[in-house]
Amino acid sequence: MGMTMTQKILAAHAGLSSVSAGQLIEANLDLVLGNDITSPVAIHEIEKMKVDGVFDRDRIALVMDHFVPNKDIKSAQHCKCVREFACRHEISNFFDVGEMGIEHALLPEKGLTVAGDVIIGADSHTCTYGALGAFSTGVGSTDMAAGMATGKAWFKVPAAIKFTLTGKPAAWISGKDIILHIIGTIGVDGALYKSMEFVGDGISYLTMDDRFTIANMAIEAGGKNGIFPVDAAAKQYMKEHSARPYTVYEADADAVYDAEYTIDLGALKPTVAFPHLPENTKTIDEVGEIPIDQVVIGSCTNGRIEDLRTAASILKGRRVAKGVRTIVIPATQQIYLQAMEEGLLRTFIEAGAVVSTPTCGPCLGGYMGILAEHERCVSTTNRNFVGRMGHVESEIYLASPAVAAASAVTGKLSGPADVVLE
Amino acid sequence: MKTANGHVFKYGENVDTDVIIPARYLNSSNPKELAAHCMEDIDKEFIKKMSEGDIIVAGKNFGCGSSREHAPLAIKAAGVSCVIAETFARIFYRNAINIGLPIIECPEAAAAIAAGDELEVDFDTGVITDKTTGASYQGQAFPPFMQAIIDCGGLVNYINRTVV
Ligand code: SF4
Repeated sequence: MGMTMTQKILAAHAGLSSVSAGQLIEANLDLVLGNDITSPVAIHEIEKMKVDGVFDRDRIALVMDHFVPNKDIKSAQHCKCVREFACRHEISNFFDVGEMGIEHALLPEKGLTVAGDVIIGADSHTCTYGALGAFSTGVGSTDMAAGMATGKAWFKVPAAIKFTLTGKPAAWISGKDIILHIIGTIGVDGALYKSMEFVGDGISYLTMDDRFTIANMAIEAGGKNGIFPVDAAAKQYMKEHSARPYTVYEADADAVYDAEYTIDLGALKPTVAFPHLPENTKTIDEVGEIPIDQVVIGSCTNGRIEDLRTAASILKGRRVAKGVRTIVIPATQQIYLQAMEEGLLRTFIEAGAVVSTPTCGPCLGGYMGILAEHERCVSTTNRNFVGRMGHVESEIYLASPAVAAASAVTGKLSGPADVVLE
Repeated sequence: MKTANGHVFKYGENVDTDVIIPARYLNSSNPKELAAHCMEDIDKEFIKKMSEGDIIVAGKNFGCGSSREHAPLAIKAAGVSCVIAETFARIFYRNAINIGLPIIECPEAAAAIAAGDELEVDFDTGVITDKTTGASYQGQAFPPFMQAIIDCGGLVNYINRTVV
């Protein structure tokens, strides 16, 4: 029986010639990731293990991104715990303030994730690296500890769903609209335990930033991972960012899929997820009058350079509506610098937005943009659960950078076509 | 192995990790501190009303969202003896096993059991008995490798036993 792309990567890392859905395997890991929230728990666990240090100091990445620069004493203690661990074990990929970025934007940029890798991270959006043709999935802190200690992890080989993307995306359609459309179609548990395998000629029209956004939100459909074929754009990205060798895996022609969907990218409209689940999607022409209080443009989903370029193209020469706090958060130092050099930061500031140092910040309701009771935010982040960005009576509308920027200008949930007349 | 006995707190579908333990409390990893805020954003009364050994019953996709192990830790530290759901989100499922919080998938039980019912759960057989109604349900047993991890008392001990 043929294997999917995910199954082939897992088989190779388990030293097996083939695997099938449901099989339990132990796989060798190329990278183990943790952040400032999950790593302290993992460090506590690894200290209970009878192991001598970590499996490979070059294959562990610790990124301080959620609450840094530290927002309070407790988060400072957390970072200190990780910093000391990184120092003690001479972890080469420890990224603190000044070098850090939001982990899932940072690791590909640093060249630490490449095609064919098996990566676990104690963060649910670890699935992002599937954009490069890697198998990557989120785990908890104890799994992270075991991974750091042994360089291995247990997996149940996932079954798969195939998404064939066809055609050229319609105007203003980004990776975010595509993945929100998919989650709206299959639901927040539509891919539970499964791999989401993206194929089709439409992929060639998608930038790597679009693909990172799509793979990033596989978890919002319950998926174990999301994965893209390794085409010329992916190879070019890896050539520019990484010195590590990569391996290209392709699905067998007779691979088995539990379900198949075809999505005509040319027929999509800008899509928004209404509170309080990413599956509550509406297209922009169905949203009605939704006045807003805040806009957030950032996160591991949409804090990359193209996201900022799109937002800036809408905000250029315009002002954000009075009373709409507009917060722009470049995802990494490199993206921040690039946005500065391209003049995007000036555009944001002149439009009346604020620009923050890289951080997860408001995405998970940590700080830097917490919502009060009954406030509404249009956000380019990935979750709109109850209380995710603040008060339990606040609301989050998930959207693309284009919709977020347009909404900032009009003061209500709006599509880019409402603002930019072409 | 052991059994769980307790009263039911019942919730709906897609109970996410942000309502199990809101991110505003994630600057702590102390289980007792986490437990004090367990389920706060979905049920403010939960911590006040529950007693040691009580059982959570919920619909599909319990524990969806973030990978935070703080979620099962908070539930376990609050004194919950077992979570029964139609299905669990996969990272929550893994985390629960790894930290030793018993969880059982059983769509029939998740649908039929009512809030406040008194349950007995037998972890050896996966049988769930509703003592209030007299009905019983067969929950899904753990795959063997997960059973091995549980038998060792969690992943840390499992590794200590197998790797060293
Ligand atoms: S940006 Fe948001 S979703 Fe991404 S890692 Fe940070 S908190 Fe998690």
